[in-house]
Amino acid sequence: MFTPPPPFSGYGLGLRKEHYRDFLDGDVPVDFVEVISENFMVDGGQPRDILRRVGEKHPVALHGVSMSIGSADGVDIAYLRRLKALADEVQPLFVSDHLSWSRVAGFSSHDLLPVPYTEEALALVCRNIEVAQDVLGRSMLFENPSSYVAFDGATMSEWEFLAEMSKRTGCGLLLDVNNVFVSASNHGFDTHAFLRGIPAARVRQVHLAGHSQGPGLLIDTHDQPVCDDVWALYRTAMSLLGPVATMIERDDAIPPLAELLDELDIARGLGTVAREAA
Amino acid sequence: MKLAQWQEGFRDWLTTGSATSADAFGDRAWPGLTVYQNNYRTQLVTCLEVSYPQLLRRVGEGNFRNAAMAHIDAHPPRGWTLDTYGADFVDTLVALFPRNPDLHELAWIEWSLSEAFVAPDASPLAREALWSVNWDEARLRLTPSLRHRVATTNADDVWSALQNDADSVPDGEMLDVAGALVVWRQGFHSRLRRLDADDDAALRLAIGKGHFAAMCDTLVMRLGEEAGVARAGALLADWLDAGIVVGVDD
Ligand SMILES: [Fe+2]
Repeated sequence: MFTPPPPFSGYGLGLRKEHYRDFLDGDVPVDFVEVISENFMVDGGQPRDILRRVGEKHPVALHGVSMSIGSADGVDIAYLRRLKALADEVQPLFVSDHLSWSRVAGFSSHDLLPVPYTEEALALVCRNIEVAQDVLGRSMLFENPSSYVAFDGATMSEWEFLAEMSKRTGCGLLLDVNNVFVSASNHGFDTHAFLRGIPAARVRQVHLAGHSQGPGLLIDTHDQPVCDDVWALYRTAMSLLGPVATMIERDDAIPPLAELLDELDIARGLGTVAREAA
Repeated sequence: MKLAQWQEGFRDWLTTGSATSADAFGDRAWPGLTVYQNNYRTQLVTCLEVSYPQLLRRVGEGNFRNAAMAHIDAHPPRGWTLDTYGADFVDTLVALFPRNPDLHELAWIEWSLSEAFVAPDASPLAREALWSVNWDEARLRLTPSLRHRVATTNADDVWSALQNDADSVPDGEMLDVAGALVVWRQGFHSRLRRLDADDDAALRLAIGKGHFAAMCDTLVMRLGEEAGVARAGALLADWLDAGIVVGVDD
């Protein structure tokens, strides 16, 4: 039933409204595009049409923000069925969401809230992932989010949690290098321990993005270019993981497409070096 | 602490911002909790701003922000998609601006336009399909994107002026005779129209899945034999062209 995605799928960009015309009219040099699933989980109209047309030119990855895989209440089956309908139509490269939660007792925060790294949460997350993969009929990727609060009673590190979660459920990982950097800075852990701690073979996709300095904390804002520290961490990640499908996420202060393509070329260069070394 | 309890505590912090709800997370959590609190509110305010751009211009940033904050406090989000978050914003507007039906109708227009934008697709009906219709039994099938309400103000004129960046935007005014506002999607474009009472009476019958013949009778009653029949024909042609009517069942 589970169709494993191809081992390497090149370099992509998030598809954002500002660049719809470029993607529809031109020949954009990307290997795939990633879209926010929820923006296209609508009944009809132009968004679905645009996705269909871009999908004829480029492989599409579906990246969700509302699955709330860490909800103590369990996963929302109606949501999953809607996502499945979209995935069946798009035939995506990957279906991903975050190791986070947003929903509790009928409330939905629409934010990627942190999961406590405990045995209780691990068992629950794994159960939820199994349900999600079962409804979707495919394996998923889960991304490490940026976090700003750590749970006092945590019994394992984030990377230990991710490793065990993917081992138990067969899910893949989406490594957001910027989020590793942001969370490490906020919680004082070692970025290299994180990269060495996650199972390399499970990492199917990488996100790169920019962040901002908030009061006492780094904040994952996706509103500026990838910084040098994150590029350095990406280089390390590539040497440890080998080539992995990589894309740049920009959600705010969106520049002309050419600027993002230039940034993507940096990733391509670093990835190619890693690929040749592998 | 059990996970469910911890998550409910987090929700209480986001929705109330109270010091007691923050205490459970320990002193070290304070800066991070503030980030989440800020993200939560900013995102919902932005969502309302994006859903109601012309209302925002109409009432001004300060008033809009107050309304948004009041709304967020009274209506924490429940659905999985932010797209539906602003659906009941008009309730907050009614409470805050009870004497401004123009603002309530302006909000209805903006919300309906965005709903219509992603409503289910429907292909327009070809004229040839009408030749074989048994009109005595016929009922019009309307596009699933159609939204309809009573119009008591000139909110549609206000919306159009704002939307087109017109040099002057009319003041909100009550209509002499109430009509209706209609929003639907034609192709990929959301449309807005105000109907007079006669056309509205006909459309209400169509929305209620009444017979086309009953629509004709109503128009004849209101306008007289000749003008009523002519109006029914003209409306049908117009609604077909506009993509409001997408089928005829007989
Ligand atoms: Fe990411």
